[in-house]
Amino acid sequence: MDSHLRQLEDQSVYILREAYKHFDHLAMLWSMGKDSTALLWLTRKAFFGHVPFPLVHIDTSYKIPAMIEYRDRIAREWRLNLVIGQNKEALANGMNHTLGRVECCTALKTNGLKNLIAEKGYTGIILGVRADEEGTRAKERYFSPRDKHGDWDFREQPPELWDQFKTTFPEGTHIRIHPLLDWTEINIWEYIRAENIPIIDLYFDKGDGTRYRSLGCAPCTFPIKSTAKTVDAILEELRSTTVAERSGRAQDEGRGMELLRKDGYM
Amino acid sequence: MPTLVPSAPRASEHLNIVIVGHVDHGKSTLLGRLYADTGSLPEGKLDKVRDICRRQGKEFEYAFLFDAFLEEQEQGITIDTARTFFTWEGRHYIIIDAPGHKEFLKNMVSGAARAEAALLVIDAHEGVREQSKKHGYLLSLLGIRQVAVIVNKMDLVGYRQDVFDAIEKEYRAFLAQLKVTPERFVPVSAKLGDNIAKPSAQISWYSGPTVLETLGLFRKETARERQTLRFPVQDVYKFDARRIITGRLAAGRIKVGDRLIFSPSNKTATVKTIEAFNVEPVPTEATAGQSTGITLDEQIFIQRGEIASHEDSVPLVSTTFRSNLFWMGHRPLEAGKKYVLRLATREVECEIVALHRIIDTTNLAAREVKTSVGRNEVAELTIRAKAPITFDLYSDFAVTGRFVLVDQYDVSGGGIITEAVKDEQTVLREEARRRDIAWVKGDVGAEDRARHFGHRAALVLITGARHAGKSMLARRLEVQLVADGRHTYLLDAANLRRGLDADLSEEDTGEIVRRFGEVARLLMDTGLIVVSTTNALGGADHQAIRTLVHPTPVITVHMSKGEEAPPPDTDLAFAGPKDFEAIADQVMEELKRRGVLAQAIGAKPQFHYSI
Repeated sequence: MDSHLRQLEDQSVYILREAYKHFDHLAMLWSMGKDSTALLWLTRKAFFGHVPFPLVHIDTSYKIPAMIEYRDRIAREWRLNLVIGQNKEALANGMNHTLGRVECCTALKTNGLKNLIAEKGYTGIILGVRADEEGTRAKERYFSPRDKHGDWDFREQPPELWDQFKTTFPEGTHIRIHPLLDWTEINIWEYIRAENIPIIDLYFDKGDGTRYRSLGCAPCTFPIKSTAKTVDAILEELRSTTVAERSGRAQDEGRGMELLRKDGYM
Repeated sequence: MPTLVPSAPRASEHLNIVIVGHVDHGKSTLLGRLYADTGSLPEGKLDKVRDICRRQGKEFEYAFLFDAFLEEQEQGITIDTARTFFTWEGRHYIIIDAPGHKEFLKNMVSGAARAEAALLVIDAHEGVREQSKKHGYLLSLLGIRQVAVIVNKMDLVGYRQDVFDAIEKEYRAFLAQLKVTPERFVPVSAKLGDNIAKPSAQISWYSGPTVLETLGLFRKETARERQTLRFPVQDVYKFDARRIITGRLAAGRIKVGDRLIFSPSNKTATVKTIEAFNVEPVPTEATAGQSTGITLDEQIFIQRGEIASHEDSVPLVSTTFRSNLFWMGHRPLEAGKKYVLRLATREVECEIVALHRIIDTTNLAAREVKTSVGRNEVAELTIRAKAPITFDLYSDFAVTGRFVLVDQYDVSGGGIITEAVKDEQTVLREEARRRDIAWVKGDVGAEDRARHFGHRAALVLITGARHAGKSMLARRLEVQLVADGRHTYLLDAANLRRGLDADLSEEDTGEIVRRFGEVARLLMDTGLIVVSTTNALGGADHQAIRTLVHPTPVITVHMSKGEEAPPPDTDLAFAGPKDFEAIADQVMEELKRRGVLAQAIGAKPQFHYSI
């Protein structure tokens, strides 16, 4: 493996082991996308083939059906403890993206997650966000506290140095853990190739000249024009593109992401 | 987006760079300009930000490209560090833009702590300012030796060489006191793009590298794997048949067959396997920086926080050390108050025993003596941990020579160790270490005995004044433990006086205590629980006994007739009239809680207890 990928892996594994050591009520978010699936693979690396905490999927009910099939197959094969969260109340009241993208993400994803955290009493949530995805994530910590309402106070982030992380916190608050912060989109694909990780096939062109570059809910996620059918072809394409990765993600428009993330979005 | 040019020697080389300097000296502008002039921004990003500025009726600034928060753009300052990714001539950079405002020093430190090299920006018009110096000092404290100074806003001083030369002279002299030699000084105007990605026609008197070329001239940190081994234990896993000791190598390399010594417990064992998931062929060694896992040839009880090394180059062990520390806490750091010390994976309570001086980073020679260290101040101080810790001097090993202090919930200070300080236990601790390293072990280890006996070895020390019931309890406890099937022996210190200590007089208290400790250590090596009263020994001697029997657990039970404060480190205290049977039961509960007597403890299974 490339020495930089190796370093990224070593750092992520160290963070995962710190999280497991310090948090009794720990869970990992898994969206079935390339990042959180690479993170799940890193977890198996860190714990020598085991996944010693539950994997949480916040199901908005609008996910692409192939994602659910993939989720259940991998969960079976890797013997995962899968926990599914859903904001049933918001769905019953008819929440969908036509009522506003930010409103929909807040209700179904942010609040879906907050409800589950409260119900299960999780104090540590591991997420696959990366600094190169968008501006506010570039300013995240590996261990990032959220207050009693799940909100992120970016003005008062804890110091983080020498791999000494924030692992103590007042009751009622929780910590978001970001082991992939230093990885870029290209690094993720290089790692998927190096480790031969079974990734969902929505990322590949299956003949119609389109593929997904970033996965989310069906109504708000759009495929890109691409004929990349393999991981190699994706890497080739990424190295020559200047289009942002999340250009197919509608909630990123305007100041959407800062507002969402301040309120506890992933 | 720059095309990837695979230049052979560093095709996949990555370098972490931090940009630091006083507020408003143009760090974010420099970063934005660097991306824009090398075509490294995503498509449409520049137009999008220009458009937002037009709509908000303000002048476009390159700084807005990375100041993602609305508040940062409104105030025109960077609040928190951003990690940005940049590739040039086949080399990949993570460039960290650190805030220069005094209020956000903790964010600057968080960013700079990850860097291998730094660009320090100084405004040509304003000159060297307070944070220019403080950042320079912190870079040296954080161990960043590669520093290039970027003299920005040259356009505001008419691109005059004498202004540039004066700043170079002044700042070089300051860095020299920190023993930092900057790589170079580069005159630029980030706003106008002079000397950022291409040489400036305006600054014809300068023929050195541009900022972009300066990045290319930074060297990759030399590998720590050439040092001797330091392997801090992060955790012990037993998910399946393997008992895996995990951690990240701080220095050196570890190979199958290596004999390791774990400090401060002084336990030794040989590496049987290096464990990894999905790695073919199975690795036989691991090197500095790697997160790895090992199994050992014998089951020894190892805890998080110990540091493994080879026997010929062991780390330091003491409770006390001298250090340079910077403080980021909301509340001042106070001498005499308790904090949590974290060093590699070790976590222990500590206290500031001496605050030697506050370091004025604008005048390094100044001596200011205070009793507390304020937010963003740097100090020289002596720290004493509650229990012996393993460490190195920062000048020898970076990772095991630095630490943080936690105040309540927050990491609030970071420091480097400059000197190990001897404490009153140093002589005995070194004796114990020499003894343990040289110890000839049989084929039956402590874990085998523990499995066989159903308990681990431990020392129950019963303290208190005369006639407080110590002896009664000791006898009762021995009877109850033996009745429960536990191998226990009552060792009265007085019993050694006429035999083993027959050559000593009453005044040889140090030697009396030392012999008692060694005898207890020997009995416990056989797997026994040793119960002892301490009338023959003074309170100060308990520490000596702890040192000699370390790391075997010592449970201290204090007995008194009336209410009195028990000595420090007391585990259980009983006052007034006694029901000895009930007290003995409580001591046995404590032995269970401490993992001496077998039982599942805590909510999470404690895998390292195999019994």
